[in-house]
Amino acid sequence: MNKVTYTIRSSRQLAGDIFEVILEGDTSAITMPGQFVNLDLPGFFLRRPISICDWDESTVKLLVKIAGKGTDMLVHLKSGVELDTLSGLGNGFDFTLAGEHPILVGGGIGIAPIYGLARRMKAAGITPLVALGFRSAKDAFYLEEFKALGCELLVATEDGSMGMKGFVTDLVKSRPERDYILTCGPLPMLKALHALPQLTDGQFSFEARMGCGFGACVGCTIPTKDGYKRVCKDGPILYKEEIVW
Amino acid sequence: MVNLSVNLAGVELKNPIIPASGTFGFGREYAELYDINILGSFSWKGTTADMRLGNPQPRIAEMAGGMLNAVGLQNPGIDAVIRDEVPNIAKIFSGPVIANIGGFSLEEYAENCRKLNDVEQVGIIEVNISCPNVHAGGKNFGSDPALAAQVTEAVKKATNKPVFMKLTPNVTDIAAIAKACEDAGADGVCLINTLLGMRINLNTKKPLIANRTGGVSGPAVFPVAVRMVWDVYEAVKIPIIGCGGVSSAEDVAEMMLAGATAVEVGAANLKDPYACKTIIENLPAVCERLGVANISELTGGAHK
Ligand SMILES: Cc1cc2nc3c(=O)[nH]c(=O)nc-3n(C[C@H](O)[C@H](O)[C@H](O)COP(=O)(O)OP(=O)(O)OC[C@H]3O[C@@H](n4cnc5c(N)ncnc54)[C@H](O)[C@@H]3O)c2cc1C
Ligand SMILES: Cc1cc2nc3c(=O)[nH]c(=O)nc-3n(C[C@H](O)[C@H](O)[C@H](O)COP(=O)(O)O)c2cc1C
Ligand code: FES
Repeated sequence: MNKVTYTIRSSRQLAGDIFEVILEGDTSAITMPGQFVNLDLPGFFLRRPISICDWDESTVKLLVKIAGKGTDMLVHLKSGVELDTLSGLGNGFDFTLAGEHPILVGGGIGIAPIYGLARRMKAAGITPLVALGFRSAKDAFYLEEFKALGCELLVATEDGSMGMKGFVTDLVKSRPERDYILTCGPLPMLKALHALPQLTDGQFSFEARMGCGFGACVGCTIPTKDGYKRVCKDGPILYKEEIVW
Repeated sequence: MVNLSVNLAGVELKNPIIPASGTFGFGREYAELYDINILGSFSWKGTTADMRLGNPQPRIAEMAGGMLNAVGLQNPGIDAVIRDEVPNIAKIFSGPVIANIGGFSLEEYAENCRKLNDVEQVGIIEVNISCPNVHAGGKNFGSDPALAAQVTEAVKKATNKPVFMKLTPNVTDIAAIAKACEDAGADGVCLINTLLGMRINLNTKKPLIANRTGGVSGPAVFPVAVRMVWDVYEAVKIPIIGCGGVSSAEDVAEMMLAGATAVEVGAANLKDPYACKTIIENLPAVCERLGVANISELTGGAHK
């Protein structure tokens, strides 16, 4: 982790209440896809944790869904606004543990870290299979970006307006040879995926309300088979065998 | 050169800045960020006799100017702290550490103190009495002068280290509680712990924190803490650690003028992990502005 100043470079609407926000600054503390930043937004006491969608030497890309006053402010900040940020928080996804046949699964705004993960797998010579789930076609975003990476892409919508009608679990079941999952999304989705018998192992990204985001307050801890873990420091990625629901 | 050192019941601190219990863990996370030897001391996470898993999620909520927490004293238990954390503290911090303990019975408080008595690096034991007494229908030890005095007597018998009683602000007359602790032999008091609060989630129309209530802390509670430190200073002679909402060197000076000998910084560390470092760097300039060569001269200055 380091404490840095990020400058807003751009914000663009991707769909409904979902925006892509690009920040500029020191990214040296970011080492793994699936890590997050904790942003100090003017006027709020607690920072806002947001997954790192992607990064390079000097920029960080975030995908942000308006969920309340803080995220609403964030997506509407003007270019040039500076944000005090704790960068490179959490453990991140480790695709080197994912074997030959992993599947990457993102649900809704949980797609964000899956993109950076997919890009790094591609750079390592692996063509990732990516399954994305949305409520409906009008909520879908980032499909072109994933295609541009050269991923194999599967899409499901709950109402069938795009891709397969159903849930991401149905997409995973349609590819029974896939035995390892790397995923981020809403809790019910994670739980349903975790129960799929075809998966021998996997990495699941969790959320919790945070006091600090760097392991000091134990505000974010959840029970696991190896005792209580801090979502912010020991997570946000937990491994299949340690998760309890 | 401003002299920042203070003396807390015989324990010399190089400056009055102490990260507050529950916001600094056992020092590990901060030691990765800066050399924590710059601190006067730090108060470790409230430790109980047995390991505690704490409350269900969510445990944290936000408010204007602060936060609520209902961590529920999650900690590894006193034996694990002495075995696993104390040796690590010796590596990352060379000064005296403040051992914050919780308890749910007089025996538990006393037992924790007996175990800490031989731990050399513990300079002060800070006794969190914002805990329910399981033997008295769950009545909070800190909410009644007689109960607070009983805990003080029990811990004083169990250790010869200086004992500071950490007081809850959720009382009508905090000065009366402080006085009861002093009369029972306390070497000092620390105040305030968090204020009891609640937030309701508008989507679910239910309390936001799973525990329903949580402790309010952060800048919004600062004037409450200053007022209580003022009241307690008028009532007792033992040293006071002032705590509650402190987030700048100016706040430290204000807390000391109200009567504090040293100052704890809580929620500010969570928002900015370098908060205490910045405060310490800014203290000499604030002292110069106030015209004091020794920061300890500030203590109680507003009462003169
Ligand atoms: C590790 C992690 C990664 C995340 N990644 C993303 C992401 O990439 N994109 C995105 O849009 N959102 C992400 N979130 C969720 C995001 O943090 C919340 O939507 C945001 O904090 C809401 O703030 P608000 O002021 O808009 O809402 P409010 O409800 O007004 O916020 C009030 C308080 O609750 C906290 N809070 C509310 N919802 C959540 C939540 N779901 N998780 C954690 N804290 C919450 C806020 O931080 C704030 O302290 C992530 C959360 C975590 C824990
Ligand atoms: C997340 C969190 C955990 C806390 N845990 C403890 C604890 O274990 N024991 C204790 O005596 N006080 C605990 N406190 C209270 C603080 O030590 C401090 O008294 C209070 O937060 C007021 O100071 P502040 O406004 O600077 O945060 C905790 C506070 C917070 C925010
Ligand atoms: S949010 Fe403080 S420990 Fe995780």
